[in-house]
Amino acid sequence: MSDLIQLSKFGVTEFEAQHALDRLNVRDVDYADLYFESRTSESVSMEEGIVKRAAKSISQGVGVRATAGEKTGFAYSDELTKKDLEIAADTARYIANSPKGDSPAPVPTQQRPTRDLYPMEQAKAEVATAERVALLNEIDAEARRYDPRIKNVLASFNTEYKMVAVATSDGTLVTDIQPLSRLQITCIAEEGDNRQVGSFGGGGRVAFEFYREGGRHLDYAREAAREAILNLSAVDAPAGVMPVVLSGGWPGILLHEAIGHGLEADFNRKKTSAFSSLVGKRVASDVCTIVDDGTLPSRRGSLNMDDEGTPTSCTTLIEKGILRGYITDKLNARLMGIPLTGNGRRENYQSVVLPRMTNTFMLAGESDPQDIIRSVKKGLYAVSFGGGQVDITNGKFVFSASEAYLIEDGQITKPVKGATLIGNGPEILTKVSMVGHDLKLDNGIGTCGKDGQSVPVGVGLPTIKIDEITVGGTRS
Amino acid sequence: MAKKISVPVEIANGYAQLASDVLARAKTCGATEADIVVADGETLSVQVRVGAVDRLTKAREKRLGLRVFIGKRSATTSTSDFSHESLERLVEDTCTLAGAVVEDTVSGLPDAAQMATDQPNLDLYDDTVLDTETQIDWAKRGEAAAFATDKRVTNSEGAEFDSSSGRVVLANSHGFVGSYKSSSFSLSVSPIATDSETGAMQRDAWYEVQRKFGRLASAESIGQEAAKRAVRRLGARKVSTKRIPVVFDQETAGSLLANLCGAVSGYGLYKRASFLLDKLGQTIASELITVYDDGRMVGGLGSRPFDGEGLATRKNTIVERGVLKSYMLDTYSGKKLGLPSTGNASRSVGESPSVGPTNFYLVPGTKRAQEIIGSVKDGLYITELIGFGINMVTGDYSRGAAGFWIENGELAYPVEEITIAGNLKQMLKDIEIVGSDLVFRGRITSPTLKISEMMVAGN
Repeated sequence: MSDLIQLSKFGVTEFEAQHALDRLNVRDVDYADLYFESRTSESVSMEEGIVKRAAKSISQGVGVRATAGEKTGFAYSDELTKKDLEIAADTARYIANSPKGDSPAPVPTQQRPTRDLYPMEQAKAEVATAERVALLNEIDAEARRYDPRIKNVLASFNTEYKMVAVATSDGTLVTDIQPLSRLQITCIAEEGDNRQVGSFGGGGRVAFEFYREGGRHLDYAREAAREAILNLSAVDAPAGVMPVVLSGGWPGILLHEAIGHGLEADFNRKKTSAFSSLVGKRVASDVCTIVDDGTLPSRRGSLNMDDEGTPTSCTTLIEKGILRGYITDKLNARLMGIPLTGNGRRENYQSVVLPRMTNTFMLAGESDPQDIIRSVKKGLYAVSFGGGQVDITNGKFVFSASEAYLIEDGQITKPVKGATLIGNGPEILTKVSMVGHDLKLDNGIGTCGKDGQSVPVGVGLPTIKIDEITVGGTRS
Repeated sequence: MAKKISVPVEIANGYAQLASDVLARAKTCGATEADIVVADGETLSVQVRVGAVDRLTKAREKRLGLRVFIGKRSATTSTSDFSHESLERLVEDTCTLAGAVVEDTVSGLPDAAQMATDQPNLDLYDDTVLDTETQIDWAKRGEAAAFATDKRVTNSEGAEFDSSSGRVVLANSHGFVGSYKSSSFSLSVSPIATDSETGAMQRDAWYEVQRKFGRLASAESIGQEAAKRAVRRLGARKVSTKRIPVVFDQETAGSLLANLCGAVSGYGLYKRASFLLDKLGQTIASELITVYDDGRMVGGLGSRPFDGEGLATRKNTIVERGVLKSYMLDTYSGKKLGLPSTGNASRSVGESPSVGPTNFYLVPGTKRAQEIIGSVKDGLYITELIGFGINMVTGDYSRGAAGFWIENGELAYPVEEITIAGNLKQMLKDIEIVGSDLVFRGRITSPTLKISEMMVAGN
């Protein structure tokens, strides 16, 4: 929410912020900032048919950073007195042990964020716990109603209300209120000795009503139950290289792992990414255009501004198969002399800024999704995934299917057990031969980990066909 | 926002009084039982990259977590703001939240009689305070050693030296107050090796963590090991899809043991979400397998004198000669399963207890890693696993892997972009050899293991 927030909300004055920035203002410091954060997180969770847990946590603090050349000095504190800010500033500038700058640091002037992607009254973000409990109770009932073989329903509803202010040595002060919520459901189905699991969830920077709109929470519950029941009849997944069709939406995690991380500027500045020096080169087939877009309203990966106060943007990563550019934060954009894309993100005031993805997706193509499936004689159709991971340096990535089917003679046949898919990032998208016209963004459940920091992200994909990828099943 | 009242120094030196005040306040708000965790700590982290300081992070932090019970309803909260008003509000919020959830008949603190009566000194704390320059020097020497080890080491993700120390205080409405201090010192080095012909890069890393600074191996030895591990991956290729014996090195065997650890944890079990459900007393693994969880190992990375609910930690036999002897439980998950707590409550500030390992390890056998590799004609030696392809409900296992092809008992060439797959229930039974090389490098640790057969997917 882009209403102006006063620094006094964090218990500091503009004078104190300027005073700290001035202490950071030594000759060799290129840039410095103060990141004030106040966050309230709440969760309620249910299992065995009752909502038995509720939790709330409050954290507030400041992260103080100075950069000099490639060096970053960083300190953080959960105390926000003038003295604490001074200590943090002195620690941060340790990396640039040099005399005081010629002129004092400018007094930060507050700027209004340029957009408002998640307008929401605070009152709407803070619904009574009783309403959240009721939501979970309805989900439990719906999942069990779906099929009597559903023996347990684990559901949780988490919300976060985060207020941030970034004061920089450029003399700017920008603030934002970033609401975030997520509903997650896991069902366990049992039939004799056969026990299987199914999960579904969604969310975003949305108000509580979102989950009830058109019975969305009940749709989620049925989806989780359906996946668990489906897996009761799943056969062993095949092993080896084969064509794989990915359905739209969450399978976009392929893009996140296979190319997204490899295009984060820090790895490329350090030349430790398998994509280093591939800008302008072909890394995908010409049906692939991929963007990272932090400007989509209400999305989990969206932000009015990144955690350095830069407005987020839509960055073309790959255009018709050609690598166009990297996603950047201030440090890496400056050192590499490339555009600032508004991807400087941090988990919280205790973390340093890193270039991170927002919502990463492939633009729609022209193929009919049905034609894509029909084109495969023998392969895999993967609909839903668990997590993924990548080794940035050699480019090898994995992501694990949680709902998948065999394709036999152009028809979707038996459901198969989950299996990990493994490939090589700079190569895999050159094997994408068909892209559907059905671009879908995920439902808002993604969390990306890097350097021990978790941030919310989104992904998206139309139905695509990968001509060959290694599928890690157990059946030869 | 109201002006903050900082916690007076004498309280910061012993959070016991603060804890007692908050517990008393909770009682006046209607809590029938409550417990509180206060943790604080300091960290200094230094990263160098290609010989220069890349990042320096310094911080002090503190956090307080409160759990209240109003009869059989409970809620948990946490804050980093220790001011009087903030804590008053926290107590009220917690009681309000607890009033909003449903009664859970098995919830509650452990019985007063179960609280730990001894708090042995487990030697978890070292008061060495390193200055920034010393840490920079360690990191630089570690990275330099990696570069010096092999000329194919051409780049680096950096070397990081972290030191941290902290204190935990746990108190509850039975009158239990426990506290301990701990520290840790670690160095990790992540070099990148380049194949001069193809330009292909490989990264690997080596690290060490110790509670005592004096016990750390030399920076040079850590850097050299990291370099060897990165260089040996150069020229990796895929192998064809087939069923073969698989040897897990210590690191990857440790991850396999972590899967076992998850499956014997009480929360997964009572939710019916573990592949080891209803297996107590049954053979679940090869008879070569004996696993302990020992919370009181002196100086152990997972040691603690009492668990997250104030119960004494102890040494539990989890698996003995392949038979599942004990789950790992806290009070709640134990009650759900009709069993007593095993002293494995783990508590992060602000969350209700869960179950966690202390020092969870597989008892070593007699064969050296070299001999185990020597026993394989055609197979894989796995040194890295990536991804999350493990289904804890069914035991289905499918992960990305890298390592070496074994030919006639020798490592022949590096392998990558493959998966290994099976089912954990069968994999545990198929462990054919347990190595002699147990080293305590983390909370969960295993010697080298050989599994008789798994499905490898590649070309």
